[in-house]
Amino acid sequence: MAAISADIVVRAPRTRWLRETIRRHPTVVAGSLILLAMVVMAVFAPYLGTVDPIAVAPVKRLRFPSELYWFGTDAYGRDVYSRTLYGARVSLQVGLGVAFFATVFGLAIGLVTGFVRLADALLMRVMDGLMSVPPVLLAIALMALTKASLGNVIIAITISEVPRVARLVRGVVLSLREQPFVEAARAAGTSLLRTLWRHILPNTIAPVLVQATYICASAMITEAVLSFIGAGTPPQIPSWGNIMAEGRLYFEIRPYLIIFPGLFLSATVLAVNLVGDGLRDALDPRLARRM
Amino acid sequence: MASIKRGLPRLAAATVLAALLAAPTHAQTSGKTIKFVPQSDLRVLDPIWTTAYITRNYGYMVYDTLFALDEHLHPQPQMVGSYKVSDDKLTYTFTLRDHLKFTDGMPVRSADCIASLERWMKRDALGQAMALAVGEMKATDDRTFSIVLKKPFPLLLDAIGKLSSNVPFIMPERIAKTDANTQITDPTGSGPFKFLKDEWVPGSKAVFVKNPDYVPRSEPPSWAAGGKVVKVDRVEWDVIPDSATAAAALNAGEVDWWEQFPPDLVPMLRRNQDVVVADTDPLGSVGVARFNSLLPPFNNVKMRQALLYILDQTDIMTSVAGDPENWKACYSVYTCGTPMASDAGAAPLMGKRDPAKAKALIKEAGYNGERIVLMTATDQPSINAQANVIADEMRAVGLNVDLQAMDWGTLVNRRASKAPLDKGGWNMFFTWFGGADMLNPSLNFPLNANGEKGWFGWASDDKLVALRAQWMEASDFATQKKIAAEMQEEAFTSVPYIPTGQFVMPTAFRKNLKGVVPAPVVFLWNVSKE
Amino acid sequence: MFAYLVRRLLATIPVMGVVALFVFSLLYIAPGDPAAVIAGDFATPEQIAAIHKKLGLDEPFLVRFGHWLWAVLHGDLGISIFTNLPVTQLIGQRVEPTLALTLTTLVVTIVFAVPLGVIAAWKAGTWVDRLVMIVAVAGFSLPAFVLAYLLILAFSIKLDLLPVQGYVSFRDGFLPFIEHLILPSITLGLVYGALIARFTRASMLEVLSQDYIRTAQAKGLANDQVLLRHALKNAAVPIATVIGIGVALLISGVIVTETVFAIPGIGRLTVDAILRRDYPIIQGVVLLFSAAYVLVNLLVDVSYTLLDPRVRY
Repeated sequence: MAAISADIVVRAPRTRWLRETIRRHPTVVAGSLILLAMVVMAVFAPYLGTVDPIAVAPVKRLRFPSELYWFGTDAYGRDVYSRTLYGARVSLQVGLGVAFFATVFGLAIGLVTGFVRLADALLMRVMDGLMSVPPVLLAIALMALTKASLGNVIIAITISEVPRVARLVRGVVLSLREQPFVEAARAAGTSLLRTLWRHILPNTIAPVLVQATYICASAMITEAVLSFIGAGTPPQIPSWGNIMAEGRLYFEIRPYLIIFPGLFLSATVLAVNLVGDGLRDALDPRLARRM
Repeated sequence: MASIKRGLPRLAAATVLAALLAAPTHAQTSGKTIKFVPQSDLRVLDPIWTTAYITRNYGYMVYDTLFALDEHLHPQPQMVGSYKVSDDKLTYTFTLRDHLKFTDGMPVRSADCIASLERWMKRDALGQAMALAVGEMKATDDRTFSIVLKKPFPLLLDAIGKLSSNVPFIMPERIAKTDANTQITDPTGSGPFKFLKDEWVPGSKAVFVKNPDYVPRSEPPSWAAGGKVVKVDRVEWDVIPDSATAAAALNAGEVDWWEQFPPDLVPMLRRNQDVVVADTDPLGSVGVARFNSLLPPFNNVKMRQALLYILDQTDIMTSVAGDPENWKACYSVYTCGTPMASDAGAAPLMGKRDPAKAKALIKEAGYNGERIVLMTATDQPSINAQANVIADEMRAVGLNVDLQAMDWGTLVNRRASKAPLDKGGWNMFFTWFGGADMLNPSLNFPLNANGEKGWFGWASDDKLVALRAQWMEASDFATQKKIAAEMQEEAFTSVPYIPTGQFVMPTAFRKNLKGVVPAPVVFLWNVSKE
Repeated sequence: MFAYLVRRLLATIPVMGVVALFVFSLLYIAPGDPAAVIAGDFATPEQIAAIHKKLGLDEPFLVRFGHWLWAVLHGDLGISIFTNLPVTQLIGQRVEPTLALTLTTLVVTIVFAVPLGVIAAWKAGTWVDRLVMIVAVAGFSLPAFVLAYLLILAFSIKLDLLPVQGYVSFRDGFLPFIEHLILPSITLGLVYGALIARFTRASMLEVLSQDYIRTAQAKGLANDQVLLRHALKNAAVPIATVIGIGVALLISGVIVTETVFAIPGIGRLTVDAILRRDYPIIQGVVLLFSAAYVLVNLLVDVSYTLLDPRVRY
């Protein structure tokens, strides 16, 4: 008993911290937990009672959810539970992939345009042009050019998101450029690259990180929309958008084909949004009030 | 933008008026209009240029035919009032019925018929066969013309009374003179309906009104033959791309008739007391798995034969059509339930599935894991279902399948490519034909194995080509039947394609529609709305 | 003011130029040969070559871009590959439903979302605020088509209150016109409304924390007076901006909404064209939507002068 109580004493501040966090940011904690669950699900999909998500078995098609098929089966007799779990992989890949690449390219373009006038004139015109094409429309127009593949979906959505990041970064850079500490560094002969690296980049991280979470959320929705209208991930890949696209025919007789993947998608996107809000509050109180 | 310009000044007045006149319920449609949801979107107005079923159906609305097939598979006179066949069976003389008139007000003349047949004979496979036999077509007077043959062509009336694509519709001479490879766009015809081109919104709506000048025959309707009496004022084809939405619209009475829908929805629609679900198509449709015979590995006949042993019509058809009442296995290259059908030579496809035998054949063919590109159209459920099941069955015997999804429009373009795989080529695609297109060797065109000139996949089998010519010259049923069976045996040896089963595409309409004509093609005459 | 307008208008030219170049490149780099598509299944290579020549497909990129741009500036967006009809005609036929749907959604959403945002800000930290914000975040997270099916299932099929699909022109009756727009508008407006509500709340909070508001309150002005006369007025500019930017969401949403509800508008034309790779239509639609988006944001910019007396050009 003594040992245990000693343990409790040691742990106490940490539990209090945890309890405090939950009390003050219940939504962020909930979001993080959901997200964690999704990641675990995606990574360990093969070990969570799933079967081959693309093996067809017409004999047992369109079965309602039961003990055997937790989420039922689809029109080809494929197990919807397995497909939904594997679907998490696709959505997370798209969300994280787009968030990562859009951030990297957006940062690069934003930094350059913020400092180099010639590049600014040229690149920002292109960015303005791309930005005036609504993102989903831009993504489907790009998908019309190439064949359906997960990589192409990520590229198409990334291209439609880059201008927004670039614009955000450029705004931050422009406001920093005239700051005394930057001017001082430049005056002291610090190279442009080094200035960007040492002084500018660190200041862009907070807003970009917040932006990245929102991009991640909207990319997952966009992937579902693209798949839904038939211009997205190839149908043999079990993405949530594809499961719903194939299931929509049956939504009156087999609503679970839409409900389960829809639920998972909404929950994941919601979780990412909540985490994004939390990040924003933590990193940038001013931005918090603005958004 | 014109519609806004016209619309805005009227907006105020219209709003007030409309508010006064507004209909109380949403489910109302005007009494004499049929709102019809067609199987696909009408895009091309030339039924001679394209074989698309939707354009064929449009053709039956606006055009008339010289002869038409009845439910006993006999061609009956339609526009023709009387006809004579010379004793040597080489001269056919036709006299048109009275009062035939095009919608532009001009009477139908012999010259119109001859020009229309000439254009059709350039495009249609049976027409091309007929062209080889025709010496000349000449007009005796405005209403009488004759077709003089160089050699006997027993199928002449079957040809000009052909039921399915391409149907030899009769158009005004000025339009029929258009080059056969150029699409016509003028909808002038002499059929029971008139097409309102101004109200046509491709992708959404096509509107027809009753042709007041049309004089129907007096016989009762029987497939395309008999009297085409129009009993409504207006027919609107409303395209609803989303099947789930279309089902809900029919249930709610927002549309009157849904031409064709996924059989899985049958039980749901049956539950509605106000909806009639019917199998009006006695021939059904036939699934086809087609090889590209030019490219490896399917340029090797052993590879094609191997698939006969693994394709399982029960699995395929269950995915295509669900409940067994909607489909049956059909181990024939001719539409099952019609005279030419048999199971001659079909043993490899019929028996218990034999993966071991397939693997042996694949090995003999020297297949070594090369990529096999299958094309599927995700917007066509009955095609996509075939592709998914067959891909899975092929993977199971170790074939390296690359199932590429696209829409039907893209597939139609891509299947024309003879290029190798890395340049956009393909190995297999899947489709279906109306049973009316597979009745016999003269109609079945995947069976017409005339090599690179032939249908996509370019199967080449001289024996099949020779037998087909013999079949067309055969004048009695027993000979036809014998040759047809021989052809089928050959078809299950050289395997230009594999039949994947026969299924019905049910149709559903509101209970207040009466007089729907059961036929392999959907017809909108004889239907009244009560 | 006039000079500003002209300047803003001129500034849209390079933007639209980039869009035009992008849109043209779509066709240029698109896989497949449009000539082969136009010629049909049974065309000979000579026929395809003739069409190539007729369409000028063998010219260099810039020459073709020049020809194309010239035609576009004269209102000619080319001919649809699949229907052989002019793209302008196909788009023209479909303007009304899309305009009706987006304008209704725009107005209704603003009427609901702005007050909700204001209330949330006013009651910041209470359960009202929490509720509004949770609904707003949920609005971001639910894909439009899932919402659409749920709405059809509930209101059209189970309760039989509203039509399932289709569009009725206002010329054919005002009530049916509105009835047919209710579910699509909700579907389309949810994300947009969520964005506006969130942003309104944030802008209001920012303004409410400013000194002059505290002064006004200290002077004893009633709360609602402060809220409306001072705070909302000052928050109007950022709110207007986000309304303009959010139109992009509406345009994206139209594509899905029109497909599910079978509304014969430009959004459905877009989906059909994408699925059939009908590039001239895709070009026309992207160009049109982008122009609409730029125009809306231009109007928003101009509206600043009306919303905020301090803004003068």
